[in-house]
Amino acid sequence: MMTQDQIALDERPAGAGLSHLLDVDALGADQITAILDAARTFQQLAARPIKKVPTLRGRTVCNLFFEDSTRTRVSFEIAAKRLSADVLNFSAKGSSVSKGESLKDTALTLQAMGVDAIVVRHHAAGAPHQLTRWVDAHVLNAGDGRHQHPTQALLDLFTIREHFGQLDGLHVAVIGDVLHSRVARSLVQGLRTMSAGVTVVGPPTLLPLAVGQWDVDVSHDLDPVLGKADVVYLLRVQHERMSEQFIPSVREYARLWGMDGRRLRRLSEHAVIMHPGPMNRGVELTADVADAPNALIARQVANGVAVRMSCLYLMLGGERA
Amino acid sequence: MSSSSGAVGHIPLAVRSAAPAAGLLSGSGRSHQSLVTFTDVRVVDPAGGRDGAANVIIEGDRVASVGRESRGLRIDASGLVLAPGLVDLHVHLREPGGEDAETVASGTTAAAAGGFTAVCPMANTQPVADHAGVIEQVLRLAREAAMCDVYPVGAITRGLAGAELGELGAMAAVGVRCFSDDGHPVQSAHVMRQALAYARTWDAIICNHAEERTLTGDAQMHEGIQSDLLGLTGWPREAEELMVARDLILARGLGARIHVPHVSTAETVALIRAAKARGTRVTAEATPHHFTLTDQQVASYDPVYKVNPPLRVKTDVEAVRAGLADGTIDAIATDHAPHPPEDKEREWSAAPCGMLGLETALAVTITELVRPGVLTLPDAIAALSTRPARSRDIVGHGGPIAEGTPANLVLFDPEERWTVDPGRSHSRSRNTPFAGRELWGRVHHTLLRGRFTVRDGESVTPGDDDEIGDA
Amino acid sequence: MTSARADDAAPSAPSRTVLDADAIRRAVRRMAHEILERHAGAADLVLMGVHTRGVPLARRLAHDVAQIEQATVPVGALDVALYRDDYARIGPRPLERTHFPVDTEGRTVVLVDDVLYTGRTVRAAMEAVIAEGRPAAIELAVLVDRGHRELPVRADYVGKNLPTSAGEVVRVRLEEHDGVDAVSIERP
Repeated sequence: MMTQDQIALDERPAGAGLSHLLDVDALGADQITAILDAARTFQQLAARPIKKVPTLRGRTVCNLFFEDSTRTRVSFEIAAKRLSADVLNFSAKGSSVSKGESLKDTALTLQAMGVDAIVVRHHAAGAPHQLTRWVDAHVLNAGDGRHQHPTQALLDLFTIREHFGQLDGLHVAVIGDVLHSRVARSLVQGLRTMSAGVTVVGPPTLLPLAVGQWDVDVSHDLDPVLGKADVVYLLRVQHERMSEQFIPSVREYARLWGMDGRRLRRLSEHAVIMHPGPMNRGVELTADVADAPNALIARQVANGVAVRMSCLYLMLGGERA
Repeated sequence: MSSSSGAVGHIPLAVRSAAPAAGLLSGSGRSHQSLVTFTDVRVVDPAGGRDGAANVIIEGDRVASVGRESRGLRIDASGLVLAPGLVDLHVHLREPGGEDAETVASGTTAAAAGGFTAVCPMANTQPVADHAGVIEQVLRLAREAAMCDVYPVGAITRGLAGAELGELGAMAAVGVRCFSDDGHPVQSAHVMRQALAYARTWDAIICNHAEERTLTGDAQMHEGIQSDLLGLTGWPREAEELMVARDLILARGLGARIHVPHVSTAETVALIRAAKARGTRVTAEATPHHFTLTDQQVASYDPVYKVNPPLRVKTDVEAVRAGLADGTIDAIATDHAPHPPEDKEREWSAAPCGMLGLETALAVTITELVRPGVLTLPDAIAALSTRPARSRDIVGHGGPIAEGTPANLVLFDPEERWTVDPGRSHSRSRNTPFAGRELWGRVHHTLLRGRFTVRDGESVTPGDDDEIGDA
Repeated sequence: MTSARADDAAPSAPSRTVLDADAIRRAVRRMAHEILERHAGAADLVLMGVHTRGVPLARRLAHDVAQIEQATVPVGALDVALYRDDYARIGPRPLERTHFPVDTEGRTVVLVDDVLYTGRTVRAAMEAVIAEGRPAAIELAVLVDRGHRELPVRADYVGKNLPTSAGEVVRVRLEEHDGVDAVSIERP
């Protein structure tokens, strides 16, 4: 029976009831919108004298990091703590994982400890999916191999929407090492779900073979793409790509696909620059581009906490089925 | 081809070293012979060109008659198909060295449960079967288990390292007819050419796992849109096709015999088809998983679907089916590759490749090929028994089923449905990709030289050999 | 805070209107008088409407105060979802904008809501206000007090005391949200 204090199920935000956050592909436009909308509230909270709310009191969130990523871990940790969750950090280096304990055994240990959510970063694609088979806790993917990094994509979508007021109809150029990038996979799916247009740009060796089936435009030439882009999203290029014959040299990459002052001037007036960090200045972008007034790179970092709070808030409430 | 050159018929040591009587093989030591008649059974015997109802009398270790009479114990087999016992050209029994995954005893018990009477275990054991000692050990273990004849494959190169040839002659002397570094493709064209040439001494067969390794460095699954979406490094189909093309060219130049294992791409099928048309002495096999499953399965990230070569896409599955239908692909082989759960329940990229296959091959073939009309039932039996036996010079298996031939037989109900339950597998491992699937076609009896290895669907190990066959 | 929406009442549900538009207008007007009377004016007051229908009620009170006293009272909006004690049970609710029009330090915050029932929403609202600063006092104004308190909460200003049974739902509709002003009791 519905009582005065209860909320009707259909009044819940669309993101509620999401058991896990594994990939952006699984999110509908209404769910993404709900996450971004709630993130706006959490962003306002950050400006208040007491930044903490009691919402997740009594809930335990475990940051399970098999791969170093201080910035992502700290961002999730702040997000959970501002929601008053108990946070425990479980890193592969300081735990029994390095002694050969399997992912499954680690999962069963956390299950036995009764954690409510596991934020997992793993070098193996699919590890978060596999965790969901072994634990009852909510699983949030904080980056798995080259597969997905959904909260990065969501904070990017939030940052773009914050700047332009909308996502629908924008055109985003995603430039660089799409092949090895979990950020690109997640972001492109999110942008397409939100009806933004995407052009992926890079040498064929750094684009997936089947990129033609991705529902995006593809260009190997950066310059013609610049004029029509509302957002120029630069991906990190790792130096080991050269020894693996993906590109002959950093210098050649920077010349053909790097963002420099000359290309910056060819952008339309309202266009913005984004980068998921950490940046290789001088490779995918020059220092003057990174520090340009239309670079939203610092906003991306700042918005990370609010978006992650939003995901935790929408996922962890209510009784599990 | 099987009768060519000086090769004697490939008589397994299991038979040679034991008296031919079923009683001795079963360890009971009884002197009298059993007598059983399967009445009103559908005999499907591609080697004998037979597909029709008959009574089949088994006397001792041999078929005594196929016709209308009946003698001894009568077993009503109406509704069942009686076929030559299945022959698997490609299995991994893991012993010696991998006994946590499988043993010769457990693997041959699983084989019998699946209707097989002969299997060819690969050489990638520890130690590697690159010399006669390991071959003889495997044969001895198989003889002791007495569940299924075993025809070991010897390694091409020492330690499967791809550099120096193993002692093919010593292995040939103990009965080895096929050499393969399975799982470790021979990368050097020179080594491959020398192996093909040297094996001609015994007109033996070289089987090379077709994978150009420089293209599959960190490969995790088939390369395509699915590998893109899942963020797993792709396994280009060219890696297989380049190697098959190279090996076919080398074999043709030398007139050597070559066998292409686990064909997985459409282009590989086309290459083999063209080579056969040109007279290259090539045979080929395909696995049930490659003619059934696709890379869509990988979306679950369950490493039970991780296999080498990887699950491909629908057009490849269809091409492999077509290759089986037109005889380009001679045999259905399982690549039965057991792995213990702790190895498979890991991150996808950390888990080993391989799937179980022995207990499901017949039913998957019936369900996926016979029922949809890709193969007739006799064609399916030819691919599962007659042609693999011939392609490897195995005598006494694959039919014909006629008076005086060894009673290596399977009886199954092609209309009976069952659900694959990994927990009930006879293998020591559980990594079947067909878990939970409902399949048509269930094995009722398997006979190895007249002795039931499976009776009424239950395994019969020699110790519990019953007296029911005695008249 | 009402839970049910205005348009989903089953046609057969027995519904009884207890306050019409005029009655609501008079009740708000009276509460405005009471607030001014208690504080001897409008100085140092801030009205915080609790989402959803507390927000327009707070604006109406401010409007009446301005008419009566020619004084401007700042009006804010409070979303208490993050402070509720039923998150673990019910799950997330949509988040609305929280807005404090002025620093609450040293002021009296009057919480404004449509229905006072268990008192849990008010408790959450008090926590939300205190998280923002330290007001001199917190008071509570509600259009309807329907009883059945589960916490030691008492309203300072009540538009209408409405005895109900626990099985009934009090539905408040306001022009700003629902196109009509009415309070009714429904038995689902």
